[in-house]
Amino acid sequence: MQVLYFAWVRQKVGVGQEEVSPPPEVTDVAGLMHWLAERSPGHAAAFASARQVRAAVNQEFCPPDHPVRPGDEIAFFPPVTGG
Amino acid sequence: MATVRVQEAAFDMAAEQAALSAGRTDIGGIASFVGLCRGDDGLAALVLEHYPGMTERALAGIAAEAEARWPLTGCTVVHRVGRIRPGEPIVLVLTASAHRAAALEACAFLIDWLKTGAPFWKREEFPDGRERWVEAKDSDDAAAARWQQA
Repeated sequence: MQVLYFAWVRQKVGVGQEEVSPPPEVTDVAGLMHWLAERSPGHAAAFASARQVRAAVNQEFCPPDHPVRPGDEIAFFPPVTGG
Repeated sequence: MATVRVQEAAFDMAAEQAALSAGRTDIGGIASFVGLCRGDDGLAALVLEHYPGMTERALAGIAAEAEARWPLTGCTVVHRVGRIRPGEPIVLVLTASAHRAAALEACAFLIDWLKTGAPFWKREEFPDGRERWVEAKDSDDAAAARWQQA
């Protein structure tokens, strides 16, 4: 699956996007966040305050219990500040 | 049919307004909102980031909702990204309708929603090189929530 990062989540992770293949036990957004946090110190820093991180699955805002599947486009970012 | 765009370039409000009313005689009023970059705390620039694809979809979705909830003859949302300096415009919302109430309410709905429902992020840059990500405000969530329908 394709994972994208924006704003300070991107800065902490160190890349804007990456292709990942989590194990089958990763079934939802929260599980993916936990799994990604193990990948590097930057990932760990980005997901350290998980409540500050929002997610979108296939370009729709989603709660932590939303399922994730191979082929999905999943994005992580801080609360939005447009307008 | 709404017009939504995400762009780095500045926008021309008069041209956008003319495009909404061109060739029509059924529009009684066009409400507008222009958001500007405020130079608080000696700010040098705002840098706006978005999620290409999702941002445009989100803007189109909310513009369609505005058109469903109010009898609009058209609406335009233009949101800039990239580096924006104090005093420069960031966002434009125009709503056209036969009568002012619908235009004014739909315009307020769109700008309230833009603050909380579209994937944009603002980073502040200061003259000494410091930078800071703008944090989401509870007051913006409250402003957007007042438009939620039971």
